[in-house]
Amino acid sequence: MKRSLRPLAATAVIFFIAYALSVLQFPNMLSTRVLGNFLTDNAFLGITAVGMTFVIISGGIDLSVGAVIGFTGVLIAVLVSWLGFHPLAAFAIALGVAGLFGAAMGVTIHYLQVPSFIVTLAGMFLARGGASIITQDSVPIRHEFYDTLGDLMIRLPGGGRMSFIGMLMIVVFLGGALLAHRTKFGSYVYALGGNPVSASLMGVPVAQTTVQIYMLSSMLAALAGIVFSLYTSAGYPLAAVGVELDAISAVVIGGTLLTGGYGFVLGTFVGVMLLGLVQTYIIFDGTLSSWWTKIVIGVLLFMFIVLQRVIFAASAPAEKSPEKA
Amino acid sequence: MTESQYVLEARGIIKIFGGHIALDAIDFGLRAGEVHALLGENGAGKSTLIKILTGAYQPDGGAVLVDGEPVTLDNPLHAQTHGIGTVYQEVNLLPNRSVAENLYLGHQPTRFGLVDHRQMEADARVLLTRYGLTLDPGSELGSHSVAVQQIVAIARAVALSGKVLILDEPTASLDRNEVERLFEVIGELKRSGLAIIFITHFLDQVFAIADRVTVLRNGQLVETQMLDALSRTDVVRLMLGKDIAFNGSTDLEPESAHREVLLEFSGYGRKGTVSPFDLTIHKGEVIGVAGLLGSGRTELARIMFGADPADQGTLRIEGASEAIRHTTDAIGHRFGFCPEDRKAEGIFGDLSVRENIVIALQGKLGWFRALNRDEQLEIAGKFSESMDIRAASLDMPIKLLSGGNQQKAILSRWLATDPAFLILDEPTRGIDVGAHAEIVRTINRLRDDGMAMLVISSELDEVVAYSSRIVVMRDREMVAELHGKNINPGIIVQAIANHPDEAVS
Repeated sequence: MKRSLRPLAATAVIFFIAYALSVLQFPNMLSTRVLGNFLTDNAFLGITAVGMTFVIISGGIDLSVGAVIGFTGVLIAVLVSWLGFHPLAAFAIALGVAGLFGAAMGVTIHYLQVPSFIVTLAGMFLARGGASIITQDSVPIRHEFYDTLGDLMIRLPGGGRMSFIGMLMIVVFLGGALLAHRTKFGSYVYALGGNPVSASLMGVPVAQTTVQIYMLSSMLAALAGIVFSLYTSAGYPLAAVGVELDAISAVVIGGTLLTGGYGFVLGTFVGVMLLGLVQTYIIFDGTLSSWWTKIVIGVLLFMFIVLQRVIFAASAPAEKSPEKA
Repeated sequence: MTESQYVLEARGIIKIFGGHIALDAIDFGLRAGEVHALLGENGAGKSTLIKILTGAYQPDGGAVLVDGEPVTLDNPLHAQTHGIGTVYQEVNLLPNRSVAENLYLGHQPTRFGLVDHRQMEADARVLLTRYGLTLDPGSELGSHSVAVQQIVAIARAVALSGKVLILDEPTASLDRNEVERLFEVIGELKRSGLAIIFITHFLDQVFAIADRVTVLRNGQLVETQMLDALSRTDVVRLMLGKDIAFNGSTDLEPESAHREVLLEFSGYGRKGTVSPFDLTIHKGEVIGVAGLLGSGRTELARIMFGADPADQGTLRIEGASEAIRHTTDAIGHRFGFCPEDRKAEGIFGDLSVRENIVIALQGKLGWFRALNRDEQLEIAGKFSESMDIRAASLDMPIKLLSGGNQQKAILSRWLATDPAFLILDEPTRGIDVGAHAEIVRTINRLRDDGMAMLVISSELDEVVAYSSRIVVMRDREMVAELHGKNINPGIIVQAIANHPDEAVS
């Protein structure tokens, strides 16, 4: 097996073992109803995590995504509820704004050579602050189009429902996987994560790719914001605080190397599902504090970072010093 | 000379940096089907010329001609479209991606707009067999040796450009077999009509493979000549503008018993790295370490310095039993170590030359007694003068200096701590002839001042020139210790090659 596949395999194995153990304890967890809710409840996180996967594979980080989700929610709520826009028009505006926002961050990161950590941190404050300027309160969204989308679902055998947003997440994951592994853009993203100097010498359009990566991340965050507003039927400036960190966790647990260059979009899917599983288990248990989710995520994250380190250190070929091999 | 004779030509190239003329009206012509060596000391203008020919720099005067037509090369990618490809010393590929992707990145075959991995790997397989490589194109590039990566880089450059191939010190990090393999590939490319510029510091390699040679010195063109007409001494003389001679044998007085013993290693070693060895080192003595790559030379140095501490044996320093568990112990006992991998383990690239020189001394003084800027400047200035470090300013980042000057700075760093025992691992690798001579002179001077040194080098002539004793490493074991008249390249080679169950010829 390629060594870059090993963390992903480990995640998948852990997911199935954890799921099997949960089912042994709570047989109800093995139902299409739970699985359907899994997808619905984590749709916005999953969509965000797809964008984050690209950013992290390229060797960057995007801390602004949670704030972009919050901003998008508020923007859509205001456009639809106060200004009377059709939701589709509001969605288009939100995606456009997010695209510009991401492009601005990408331009800053590339041309001013500022670390992505700092630029997206600034972006995070901007987006969150911008949302709070528009309104401090939760703005409800009432529109029949929202009800239509809410009713749009596939009924699964066994009483489960595959909601529109759950399906949307799966489509985004499939699209993301195709983009990462089967397009030139995808190979450029990996190239940037491997070695940006080599990448530019090999003809990778570094500036263009960097801007596109952050645009992609921000627009997927905006899509996640749309999904979140469908999920909650409201826009709230403090929504999705800290989601950027959940997304990063899901990406890393899904086998993407935090230093860039290695990773899989579908691994992120397993990562998101694993996080969802932990939450579902805690809900089923009923006695555990929801903070246990954080503890389990912390432990998992730590384990995966160590695991990646071990795998990559143990199998690292002697590149630099053949003499010491 | 007719214009069409050259595939790539530089005519009257001038390049000025600030007030400094880096290239002064250089003419350079490259024919199809030749390997053209470009030689010169550091600072001679080789790399500036190459950067102009690959479009990384723009000339301030003169013209670059491709097939007799003047062209403007905006950047290396643009140069590629004119058929000029470059392979650098450090492999500039992506170790995290597959071999096939490294060959075709940016030009992947597509089907319905998506990259066709199967097609790409099939193409890669065909391409690589032409270079004598049979490996899985889907495997990660980083899992292969540097030599293979270097060949992949050449394959990519040739596939994308196909007229001119510039090899910028491609052999610096390869061992002998790998170099030969690379040379076969280069020879093959030459026969297929490619024009090749070859830059190296190894004269042997120039004579092994090049047809013509161009020598630059201080930004001036010295000579372009057929190599047949030149001897090694001629080339060195052209590069330096003067005669330097390394005499083949040592003229040191035979080792005498009355010298004071500084270090006694007995049964010293580390499991899995170096078998236990005994070695006594006297003051004012240079111990040369000879051996092939991978024989345990660097490991020996690291054990002595405590970078990988010994797990067996004892060490006596001036008669007293001591233990060196960490590098700080070693520095406390006035040891110094110039590592082999200068860029990764030696310099602090972004710090200034001054800071790089004083850092070991400051480390020794501790954090409480900080050297102020004036003291630092004085120390750095003293050493840069005595070592002839050529830097525009002592405050410029050391990474901007040439390899030879970096090496001198690292040597100065340890000399500033007034060491009793200095370990030099390949002090002359990858540096130009002038700096090389300077370092050899310094080693001789320090020995005469009574310092003990251990010098690791692959260049036998050099080891022979300054060592008072030579130890030979083989298979991570110290196999021989040579004295007096036994110190000559022939005997060393014999000692290196002398496998117990093999006859010596």
